[in-house]
Amino acid sequence: MAWLLALLQTLLFIASAPILAGWLKKVKCRLQNRRAPSLFQPYRDLRKLWRKEPVVAHPASWIFKATPYIVLSTTVLTASIIPLIAVNLPTAKVADVVVLIGFFALGRFFLALAGMDIGTAFGGMGSSREMMVSSLAEPAMLMAVFTLAMSASTTNLSEAMKYVLDTGLVLRPSFVFAMLGLMLVAVAETGRIPVDNPTTHLELTMIHEAMILEYSGRHLGLIEWASQIKLMIYGVLIVNIFFPWGIAQDFSLRSLGVGALSLGLKLIGLTVLLGLSEVILAKMRVFRVQEYLSFAYLLTLLGMLSHIILEIQH
Amino acid sequence: MEITQLSHYQQAILLLAALIALTSFLMLGQSRLLRLVFIFAVQGILLSITTALAADVLDSPHLYISALLTLSLKGIFIPIMLQRLVINMGLHRDMETLRNPARVMMAGTGLMVFSYYVCLPIVKLSPLITLNTIAISMAVVLLGMLLMITRRQAVAHVVGFMSIENGLFFAAVVSTYGMPMVVELGIAFDVLVAAVLFGVFFFHIRSSIDSLDVDQLNRLSEVEK
Repeated sequence: MAWLLALLQTLLFIASAPILAGWLKKVKCRLQNRRAPSLFQPYRDLRKLWRKEPVVAHPASWIFKATPYIVLSTTVLTASIIPLIAVNLPTAKVADVVVLIGFFALGRFFLALAGMDIGTAFGGMGSSREMMVSSLAEPAMLMAVFTLAMSASTTNLSEAMKYVLDTGLVLRPSFVFAMLGLMLVAVAETGRIPVDNPTTHLELTMIHEAMILEYSGRHLGLIEWASQIKLMIYGVLIVNIFFPWGIAQDFSLRSLGVGALSLGLKLIGLTVLLGLSEVILAKMRVFRVQEYLSFAYLLTLLGMLSHIILEIQH
Repeated sequence: MEITQLSHYQQAILLLAALIALTSFLMLGQSRLLRLVFIFAVQGILLSITTALAADVLDSPHLYISALLTLSLKGIFIPIMLQRLVINMGLHRDMETLRNPARVMMAGTGLMVFSYYVCLPIVKLSPLITLNTIAISMAVVLLGMLLMITRRQAVAHVVGFMSIENGLFFAAVVSTYGMPMVVELGIAFDVLVAAVLFGVFFFHIRSSIDSLDVDQLNRLSEVEK
């Protein structure tokens, strides 16, 4: 029963990720006084890409063809270990946040290899930039996770959420810092403005798009879907760790419904925030990304320090 | 005391203390003078909110007066004055190039750890809840000094100096229920006078070396080279 529920939750996760992307697009369009495409446009795009025949360049090796599948499957596995609408699911118990970061790193590793595989200049440039960003973002993310783990005395997401639920509303300085740091990291890792612009193909500024420039058809669809799921993963992580109220603690239909509803509302709020920040901010130069990410690291480090200095008994 | 056992007001004091430390770090990394002054104003406002909360938690109503003083002086008056000075002297478009911002930040976190280590015996002395924040206030003092060391603009030095004073005031509020009213009024007046005097000094420095970059003061010498 619990395993079935976990499976259903994962399916819900990956199926609703394109809606989140569509909603984000809608928010941005509304803020920029443009007419927005329908909420379901991402599904149509994915279906269109899925039907098209993938064109693969001559020098491509097996890495290039395998990468979309590897990226999507690692992302789906990551999605499966995150409590979405219920805690205590068996999938959430088998792996913790460090595994989650490891899955992301695995997917990114293959994506970077695939970027260099064909041998075009853009792919290599995109790979090197992506590696630079991730090597700076990962320590910050780990530090945020450790801050959480020090309060909850576990790195398991489900346990940590239960701890936050049990203690009720506590104004923890460390959580505020960890949340801000995690938000900055999420923006960098999902390739949004101000670090990267997902909608442009301007050669000097792109990071993620440069790596996947050679992909087409089905392969491209898989990678796009994976990046939509990744955006949703970060969103769910932020809202469920720091504001877990409403998440289902038992498996009755009613509490699951409440969990889904509250998660939806929280994600809508978070996406509006993201859309606002994307409209307000301009894209940074690539060389300023390290300043941005070192600020994220500083925030999470301050989170850990303030946990030690302010929150525990001496 | 664990944070989960405190009331929400006390938790809010701890949270604001952490935010004050964050503003100190933001000042370290800020290269534009106007934004530096703005962050200083934010620090003053946070400090006054903390003082008002401490007045409620520690049950000492005279702290409300110092909260009001802090808000009007360090949150509003001094920042506005510094802002006017910066604009009048045409410094608001200058960007000071920070040498190794990441290294300065790391030095800052090192100072924070150091002040925690130094304050640990004091924290163990008394069961006062807000005493945990004494390490933060010491860190704010040290970070203000670091700001003065790493900058060359005289305005940034003044902001660093004022933020040192913020740290001392914060330490007094959280550890000893605030200073006696006479002392506090005296210090507030001193800070006010200091701010005005610094304004005069800026004009003097600028008229004598034609810049506010204090590194150029090194070139002054009695002997012709």
